[in-house]
Amino acid sequence: MIVSLAGETIKVAFTHRPRWRLFLGHLLNIGVRSQAIVGIAGGFTGMVFAVQTFYQFHKVRLDSATGAVVAVAMAMELGPVLAALMVAGRVGAAVTAELGTMKVTEQIDALRSLGVHPVDYLVVPRFLAMMIALPLLTAEAIWLGIMGGYVLTVHMMGAEPSYYMANMILYTRARDILHGLIKSFFFGFLLIFIACHKGMQTEAGSEGVGRSTNQAVVVSCIAVLISDFFLTLLLTKLLA
Amino acid sequence: MIQVRGLKKRLRSQQVLNGLDIDLPDGHTVVIIGQSGTGKSVFLKHLIGLMRPDAGSIHVDGERVDPLREREWAPVRRKFGMLFQGAALFDSMRVFENVAFPLRERGGLTVEQIRERVMHALSLVDLDGSEDKYPAELSGGMRKRVGLARAIVGEPKYLLYDEPTTGLDPVTADTINELILRLRDSLRVTSIAVTHDMASAFKIGDRIVMLYGGKNYFEGTIEETKATDDPIVRQFITGQAEGPLTAKNRR
Ligand SMILES: Nc1ncnc2c1ncn2[C@@H]1O[C@H](COP(=O)(O)OP(=O)(O)OP(=O)(O)O)[C@@H](O)[C@H]1O
Ligand SMILES: [Mg+2]
Repeated sequence: MIVSLAGETIKVAFTHRPRWRLFLGHLLNIGVRSQAIVGIAGGFTGMVFAVQTFYQFHKVRLDSATGAVVAVAMAMELGPVLAALMVAGRVGAAVTAELGTMKVTEQIDALRSLGVHPVDYLVVPRFLAMMIALPLLTAEAIWLGIMGGYVLTVHMMGAEPSYYMANMILYTRARDILHGLIKSFFFGFLLIFIACHKGMQTEAGSEGVGRSTNQAVVVSCIAVLISDFFLTLLLTKLLA
Repeated sequence: MIQVRGLKKRLRSQQVLNGLDIDLPDGHTVVIIGQSGTGKSVFLKHLIGLMRPDAGSIHVDGERVDPLREREWAPVRRKFGMLFQGAALFDSMRVFENVAFPLRERGGLTVEQIRERVMHALSLVDLDGSEDKYPAELSGGMRKRVGLARAIVGEPKYLLYDEPTTGLDPVTADTINELILRLRDSLRVTSIAVTHDMASAFKIGDRIVMLYGGKNYFEGTIEETKATDDPIVRQFITGQAEGPLTAKNRR
């Protein structure tokens, strides 16, 4: 059960000494190496969103409000959701495939036979790395989206830079950014447990590994999108 | 001392183990034989809790282990070394790291001591010089021997070998037989070896147990096994295609 996996992992994360080497390795892989795709996703989405907003707002002479809309949308929705989807595709799939292969080649049994609990060795370090990496990647996506929007609207569309900035700062509240980061924390939680659970449940050879990996990505993406909706309702209430 | 009583295990719709009773006395090597698919590997996995029985009991050194929970198994498992049928090496690690893994996990040794013991274990299985290779770069027989080195490096009290000589050339296979004998004689290791290699079985075994129909169908010393007139055992150890084992399958 995925819930008991999460429970066990959190318990171990708080009660056992961390495996630093494994943790740092996963942090490098989940965090550092995902920066390019998350940055590209954030930057281009910020730009395209700014173009669309600018065209509409230009009709009603609200050019300089573009920055506020882009920043708030990036911080609350686009940044966390995009980062989570990109990480689900890149990291989630890799984690499921790796653990699934270990399962079907009896490497997980070998770990157990050596008195090492698979949750301690395989899941906890990845969980910790994900909980740190995804919020940071999200912050990066948000930042690059806002930058992309600014550069595009100000330097290519000719919006007035000081009004653009002033409106953006006026209408983007700290709690909007907090809203996005809380979401990313929750998404990280979903992604890593879905990926590890699907990996460790793998049966039936290499076909099974393919099936698990496929399911992990699909389930993760759907879970992110659906939980995003409910989190938005909840967080707008809580942070109001 | 390991005692197994009335062990039963159903996998999918198949009753793989159906009331198995075996005693594994300290300092002895028991060889388990039986046709492919009779549950030899499944039986070994029960001894270290990788599979849980549906019924029956397992005692290790007087402690009943079958009801233990996953985390409670860890100290019991550290008494064991297991060679998996498919070697089950950690493919993200080099040979050295694979063999060092049990020592590092247990702790209490310096880097230098670990290095020494790993290199010694590798030389016992004739793999000096391969420590920097990855499992994917090894032949099947080499992988098996790395698995063996990983099983013995912690000097466990009990060793479970799942087909230690399968896939090895006759000369290397005999090196492994000698190694198993040496571990028994010098360290008083208790071994349970699953094998299809009757030459190896007669060389390393103190007792032979044949699994058949989910039970320990036959049990005896080497002499008793060689002299038995039980048709099923005879057919198996002489390797005849015709006989009661195959007649049943053909029906
Ligand atoms: N994880 C599993 N799930 C379902 N059935 C299994 C599983 N593992 C083994 N079996 C079944 O249990 C039976 C015994 O398998 P086992 O691997 O113990 O055979 P074996 O005696 O070791 O054979 P071999 O000599 O070929 O290695 C087989 O029929 C196999 O199909
Ligand atoms: Mg087997």
